[in-house]
Amino acid sequence: MSESRTMPSLAALFTGFFAVGLCGFGGVLPWARRMVVEQRHWVSETEFTELLGLCQFLPGGNIINLSIAIGARFAGAPGSVAAFTGLMAAPMAVVIGLGFLYDRYSDLPMVAHGFAGLAAVAAALVLATALKIAAPLRGRPLGIVIAVITFAAIALLRWPLPPVLVVLAGASIVLAWRVPGRFRA
Amino acid sequence: MTAHGTLAVLAAVFAQLSLLAFGGVNAVLPEMQRQVVQVHHWITAAEFASLYALAQAAPGPNMLVATLIGWRVAGLGGALVTTLSLCAPSSLLTFGVVRLWYRFRDAAWRVVVQRGLMPVTAGLMMASAVVLAESTTTGWKTAALTGAATVVFLRTRLNPLIVLAAGAGLGVLGVLG
Repeated sequence: MSESRTMPSLAALFTGFFAVGLCGFGGVLPWARRMVVEQRHWVSETEFTELLGLCQFLPGGNIINLSIAIGARFAGAPGSVAAFTGLMAAPMAVVIGLGFLYDRYSDLPMVAHGFAGLAAVAAALVLATALKIAAPLRGRPLGIVIAVITFAAIALLRWPLPPVLVVLAGASIVLAWRVPGRFRA
Repeated sequence: MTAHGTLAVLAAVFAQLSLLAFGGVNAVLPEMQRQVVQVHHWITAAEFASLYALAQAAPGPNMLVATLIGWRVAGLGGALVTTLSLCAPSSLLTFGVVRLWYRFRDAAWRVVVQRGLMPVTAGLMMASAVVLAESTTTGWKTAALTGAATVVFLRTRLNPLIVLAAGAGLGVLGVLG
């Protein structure tokens, strides 16, 4: 069965990604992989990894790019629209519902205190992700310098992102090209 | 500002973020905060942190903080505008590139670009974490909670939702006050 591929219809693209959107607590990617590769056999594991590589390479939300790419792969632009709206419909409704409840009850001290705890952990989630992403920089002095300058420009100096990104990404790509040794571990 | 004017500015701000989000939406959190808090004064830094936390408590992609900001600033229309603006430019780019992808996936320049972007993404993510932690830290207790939860996320494979719920629970019990 693992080698047989199914061509998804527009409805299947919508419902498949709809289910992914609903499941994806604390990271949608594992669920997307499960649905696309293991449950519905739309693409092989290798092709999934390659498409994911593209989606991480391009700007934007990785999982959103993935829904666009998989939709396009099978049904062109309508496929992308079906997969994207499927992915976003339920989470958007849920989050607006939560926002409504928060607005209504955030004056209650208990809710405000609960939120302080929730927000502190949400910050930890980003911090842990940042540390995981930065881990491969060990032993790459130039990479570390670029990361530290980026951090300082955005977090400490609060410079606007567009010029910072253009200058530092440009410099970093040139360095990765000219002195690859110091960029690799 | 008129309602339509606000929607147009929201669209412009989030569409720009879309194309800057190398490494995902979390990489542009500080710029998002700078735009909505400092430049346009739509919400406060504390509200931004709350909306981010709320977005983490919902299922789905982690860009839902944009949905909530749009909703807070301009209601349902705002929610749709920020969500679509944050998704559309990067999605159109992905759509355009996906057909070419198989042609250049092994190209040397692609590997160089990807390797070059990596330290920038790492720096951006660290900036996101610090900017967010600054607004969620109300005292030493919340700082300690952020530190402890970070260790849990790094050292265990516990579902993040359980840790988020535990943090909220500690808050409700008044432990963090």
